[in-house]
Amino acid sequence: MIVAEQKPIGQVLDMIEPFEKILVAGCATCVTVCSTGGEKEVGILASALRLACAARGLKKSFDEITLTRQCDPEFIEPIKEFASQHDAVVSMACGVGVHFMAEHLPPMPVFPAVNTVFIGANPELGVWVERCAMCGDCILDKTGGICPIAGCAKTMLNGPCGGSNEGMCEVDPETPGAWARIVERMKQLGTLDKLDEIQPPKDWSTSRDGGPRKMIREDLKL
Amino acid sequence: MTDEKAEQAGPAFEPKIIAYCCHYCAYTAADLAGSTRLQYAPNIRVIRVPCTGKIDVLHLLRAFEEGADGCYVAGCLDGDCHFINGNLRARKRTDYAKRILDAAGIDPERLEMFNMSAAMATTFAATADEFTERSRKLGPLFDGEKKDIRPGIVMRQPMTLSASNPPAKDE
Amino acid sequence: MKSGSNLERVLAAGHFAVTAELGPPMSADAADVIKKAQMLKGCADAFNITDNQTAVVRMSSIAAAVLIQREGLEPVMQMVCRDRNRIAIQSDILGAAALGIKNCLCIAGDHQSFGSAGRLKGHPGSKNVYDVDSIQLCAILKGLRDDGVFQGGDPCADPPKMFIGAAWTPMGEPLEIRPRRLAKKARAGADFIQTQGIYDIKAFARAMEAVRNLGAHEQTAILAGIIVPKSAMMLKYMNSSVAGVTVPDEMIKRMTAAGNAAKKEAEARGEDEKAAKRARSRAQQAEGVKIAIELVQQCREIEGVRGVHVQAIEWERKVPEIVKGAGLLPRPDVR
Repeated sequence: MIVAEQKPIGQVLDMIEPFEKILVAGCATCVTVCSTGGEKEVGILASALRLACAARGLKKSFDEITLTRQCDPEFIEPIKEFASQHDAVVSMACGVGVHFMAEHLPPMPVFPAVNTVFIGANPELGVWVERCAMCGDCILDKTGGICPIAGCAKTMLNGPCGGSNEGMCEVDPETPGAWARIVERMKQLGTLDKLDEIQPPKDWSTSRDGGPRKMIREDLKL
Repeated sequence: MTDEKAEQAGPAFEPKIIAYCCHYCAYTAADLAGSTRLQYAPNIRVIRVPCTGKIDVLHLLRAFEEGADGCYVAGCLDGDCHFINGNLRARKRTDYAKRILDAAGIDPERLEMFNMSAAMATTFAATADEFTERSRKLGPLFDGEKKDIRPGIVMRQPMTLSASNPPAKDE
Repeated sequence: MKSGSNLERVLAAGHFAVTAELGPPMSADAADVIKKAQMLKGCADAFNITDNQTAVVRMSSIAAAVLIQREGLEPVMQMVCRDRNRIAIQSDILGAAALGIKNCLCIAGDHQSFGSAGRLKGHPGSKNVYDVDSIQLCAILKGLRDDGVFQGGDPCADPPKMFIGAAWTPMGEPLEIRPRRLAKKARAGADFIQTQGIYDIKAFARAMEAVRNLGAHEQTAILAGIIVPKSAMMLKYMNSSVAGVTVPDEMIKRMTAAGNAAKKEAEARGEDEKAAKRARSRAQQAEGVKIAIELVQQCREIEGVRGVHVQAIEWERKVPEIVKGAGLLPRPDVR
């Protein structure tokens, strides 16, 4: 899922400073699952903003809405009218949702209330970890199912570098080094020999370095 | 506040306090306090919950939105939760809500969590008194016009409608 | 000859090579580099100029390399993958070669967060590059030099002739992968290897045995890294905090004992606390030089070790004494 974390309330207050009628908009998909921008968090943020404005003597109102998905126009369409009764929208969706709301709502300010941090998994309650860096050319077949692009601080393709201390990454001693895990896994799989092969420089044009990316499925287009 | 100033301010400020009390401990302690005729501050409005683990951050913030000057959670002693760890969850959520209050510019001292058993009637009464005193010292949460927090509309897809804080019926 | 560098010729002639390290200043002061160069001249076959080591901004490796070259020293420029993409790397290699630089050490480079690990602020918020890794960098230099082709496939008319170096951490976890990775670097194009600091000779000898079993010691010239210990505290720190460095307990004890003995003697002479501490520090420094000399000699005994790389961090003046003590002076003239 896409993992996001809430921005400090003060930052949101600064964004909405010139506006009076605010719509706080959540998203019922990824940000709900990572407990950052779903219906419940919309309620909490709206409540906190009401209290913060009251404490500062600011006359503002906050309505709340949670869309099924902010990244699909069909879910934005039905809220257009309601949204346009407001001066600004504070979106608790990932950056894509903020973008899409800004693109599809009638011209009005849409502000981000969260920072989109990574695509990751939820190994235990309250913990999220990055697992994919969206490089656009998956190499997990070569590295025992553990990604050195997402997992290694130096995105090494021919690791490990000299910087692992008992399997932990020297950049963050709390994090197991991706390459230590790759070596361990490939040993288990009996495929350590595969690491002898020199991986050539990666073609980063499939990643963000190639500019904004687009995927087209002709068979699905009308 | 000096006595002189207090006099100028008119009658002593009486804070409104919401006390979320666990059915298995604090609420029973309140019963016991009543039946043993213990006196305690009349400022607290007790809300019985099946376990403090049921209390969400939003419940705590709503108390202030609705006009409370202070709010506390009273749950079972550590290790005594009827539902194993509800009181531990409540502690973490209370801490989280305190951070939100702080960020919103509200003294986090207005929110607290206490632990007690069903037999601790005197503790229940003392907690009510002490927290009332603390809230009295902190003064009203909002004065004058600031008090009127406009309730918001709450919608979700597929479209349903409710209100974030419907106006209180009794006052 | 691949590059014709002095280091390459020394190794080709079968001599036990010596390289040393020279850290450029955090300033634009050429005199600082020149001073160090004069101090080190003649005590090694080539001198590594670090490339913003520990991610702290310093005078560029290329510029400092040219400065020492003017003083008659042969530089090994260092090139880290952290700060440049493949375009900048290849461009800088062309420029360095045009300026007469003939050795290049290819390393990944310390992560940018390390710049603020000590007393400095560094630039922990900088964006790292790591477009290619150290092994890929070796292969890029080899492709340029031997095939005259840029990484992207375009021809390079007058290719840079670099003697290609790489680093090796024999004692880095996971241990079993280290000799294989060394062999991989050799296959990618590394002509010489400079290792992370060696203190545990037994462990290093075991790693070298694994390297010999792979035949990698014949494909690349391995220079054992010697980091001159300055104090018992430094050894303890390196042991606990520097990845891939292990220091045997006996060595730390030996260093501590040398210092304590000197401190006691000073106290017996009736010197004050401060003077006694100074005596301890001096004794540990002297012991550190002794240890470094022994390490050089012990490494020399290991089959497949073709030289040493001496690092005296911000203590460059000690290098000549160590090289001399190890019986490695004068350096051979292979012109």
